[in-house]
Amino acid sequence: MERMADKQKILIVDDSEMNRSILADMLGEEYEILEAENGSEGVAMLNKYNTEISLVLLDIVMPVMDGFGVLTMMNKYRWINEIPVIMISAERGSSHVERAFELGITDFISRPFDALIVHRRVVNTILLYAKQKKLTAMVAEQIYEKEQRSSLMIDILSHIVEFRNGESGLHVRHVHTITELLLTVLVQRTDRYHLSQTDISVISTASALHDIGKIAIPEEILNKPGRFTKEEFEIMKTHSMVGAEMLKGLPIYQDEPLVKAAYEICRWHHERWDGRGYPDGLKGDEIPISAQMVALADVYDALTSERVYKPAFSHSQAVQMILNGECGTFNPLLMDCLRDCADDIPQELGNDTAERRNQREMQNVARELHKHEELTASERTLELLEHERMKYSFFASLTKETQFEYTLNPPCLMLNSWGAEKLGLPEIIMDPYQDAQVQAIMVASERDSLADALHSTTPGSPVVQYDCKLTLAGEERWHRIVARASWSSEEPPRYSGCIGKAIDVHNSRIQMENLERQASHDALTGLVNRDYAKKRIIERLQDRPGGRYALAILDLDYFKSANDTYGHMFGDEVLKFLADRIRHSIRGGDIAARVGGDEFLIFLEYKDELESTIEGVYSRVSGGVYQDFAISVSMGVASTDIVEAEYDALFRCADQALYVVKKSGNKGHYAYYQKEHGAMGQAISAVSPIDGSEAGEEAACEEE
Amino acid sequence: MTLKECYAAMGGNYDEVMGRLRSERLVQKFVLKFLDDGSFDLLCRSMEGADYEEAFRAAHTIKGVCSNLAFNELLDSGSQLTEALRGGNCGPEVERLYEQVKADYARTVQAIRAFQEGAGG
Repeated sequence: MERMADKQKILIVDDSEMNRSILADMLGEEYEILEAENGSEGVAMLNKYNTEISLVLLDIVMPVMDGFGVLTMMNKYRWINEIPVIMISAERGSSHVERAFELGITDFISRPFDALIVHRRVVNTILLYAKQKKLTAMVAEQIYEKEQRSSLMIDILSHIVEFRNGESGLHVRHVHTITELLLTVLVQRTDRYHLSQTDISVISTASALHDIGKIAIPEEILNKPGRFTKEEFEIMKTHSMVGAEMLKGLPIYQDEPLVKAAYEICRWHHERWDGRGYPDGLKGDEIPISAQMVALADVYDALTSERVYKPAFSHSQAVQMILNGECGTFNPLLMDCLRDCADDIPQELGNDTAERRNQREMQNVARELHKHEELTASERTLELLEHERMKYSFFASLTKETQFEYTLNPPCLMLNSWGAEKLGLPEIIMDPYQDAQVQAIMVASERDSLADALHSTTPGSPVVQYDCKLTLAGEERWHRIVARASWSSEEPPRYSGCIGKAIDVHNSRIQMENLERQASHDALTGLVNRDYAKKRIIERLQDRPGGRYALAILDLDYFKSANDTYGHMFGDEVLKFLADRIRHSIRGGDIAARVGGDEFLIFLEYKDELESTIEGVYSRVSGGVYQDFAISVSMGVASTDIVEAEYDALFRCADQALYVVKKSGNKGHYAYYQKEHGAMGQAISAVSPIDGSEAGEEAACEEE
Repeated sequence: MTLKECYAAMGGNYDEVMGRLRSERLVQKFVLKFLDDGSFDLLCRSMEGADYEEAFRAAHTIKGVCSNLAFNELLDSGSQLTEALRGGNCGPEVERLYEQVKADYARTVQAIRAFQEGAGG
């Protein structure tokens, strides 16, 4: 059985389906063909598959984004370094061809093409790049790990030294670069020192530490503008041994090649070939080659840099001075190396960014690995990667949910095929922020708050759950988006996009809302029920603990006789009638609920004076008739002025006030729960009257 | 009608295309596929809508396809039209060349249809 995964992928970017299929036919047996019908799609595919794509066959004239646009993007994102491009076009103008080569294409085939030639060139190009690519993948992994370990520590240490020396931050970097350059030339000239690419890399990296011993030198000597006295020079000279001892004193890492190399460099970078250096007076090749190289690099950079006691010499002056033996004696072989690479030094120093260094290091290691043919790690990695991708797409095809991946750079949204179909979007969308179709589905404000939420995650807890409405085929539906932000592993971590899924939760959410409504409302009157009222009152009391609140419990007088006389149907109607009155007698923020039976509850907030509010409510609720039945209401009120601002307390006290009203025979009245400053502590005075007729009447009871 | 006769009828070069694609099966497949290619329709629509940039791209595609398949007569008029439209311009020759392309396209398609029927559909 043939496995797709074993085939290398070729991306054909051409707007003509005919052209694509001719090429696909010619190459499809040996390669897996990906097709894109314009430049923009092509870029999206490149973003998705990246270096899994072994080759791009690219047309020039296309809608949306032409072939030059694709090449420009490939340069921008550095894909062009790893993915070869063969341009195929009917355009024959030499300016076109030239421009395409300038943008980094590997080959140009003009239409009409010969099937054999296309085939041969494709195969050659892929073979050429394939090995390089595997190596890069493997090396990237290893470099990354290595870099992680050593770079940071060395950067910090060496910058501390430089800061103290008052040197520019460049010295350490220059020494690194020159050391590396010299060593590279050295191994080309001789294998006397048995240096591998790894050794070169280790020595160059360790070179940054050559002066760490200067930490121990008093600052007034270190930064003295004039010549040293003999005593001062003796103190200055101790820095090499001090540095070496610092490394020797490290409690761990003693076996690290990096630490060993750094030790040699620290201790012996002031030794001289003729034996007249310090601290040990080593001679000739007694001095480790690492220290010899760093000594030379150090001298060169010191000469070409401005110091408090001297101007900067030019590059050629400096080289000449060293070769003339004006700055100490060196291994003649090193002098040859310096001559060999002298012309390259200024340029290398000029370009020496960290990135270039990494690239160079990668090439070095790649060269090294190439020799050993040790590709197992990378092959296994690729296999695992392919396996993961297969697993992922298999599960993705089974689930009925929209899965997405968003990358910030380039801005690109990718959907699984089920999701793309569901949303009516293509699977790959470049620049989704600008895309009208995407905007139509998710409004900008929702999108921005989701983006904000993702941006404010941390690498430790990168997952966000976000509920919002998406518009699908003109219909707004609730979706739950669960997304995981991607944070880079560098310091500080950089947000680079996200992966996630959107689940249609509309039906269940609506169902929940209905259930919630059913659970929270009284079916007969439409008021909320007691439990729900309780929940909301507790929330309210917690939200604004300093507020002044009152809770009233109302009871319909003579309700039992209404039921008995007119039947339960009538009773229900009376309750509905009363509920309506209650509903209309309260303000927007107040809460009204049916507690049960003929008991109701009102919870309200007041500012200055409670009495007029309560009286207003009571007068609107009680009095008059429903058909022949007289509506008379008794009510007990508890306020947070008297009672603790806590639901149970308020409810109990209001209930007691009501009890007093009922008990006193004063139906059709209301009463406040009041705290007496008396012997038993708490008592109630049931006040009444509503229409003002019986104001002042009181009753009292004691709390049990 | 054989494929070779089909090429003769449309003013194409059978030997040339066989020299390049090297398989009669492939050539036949793509010749028949030409009937489904949307570039000519796109050209007509763009010309009618005076969208000369789109028309340029469509003509350019026709040119590319014809050159691969050695449909030389249509390639010739298609190439000329492409150049006249280059840069989204509507040069003085465009109308005449467009008519020429339509005529050549009709002839090419007619030949392919005849071949298709002869080849048993």
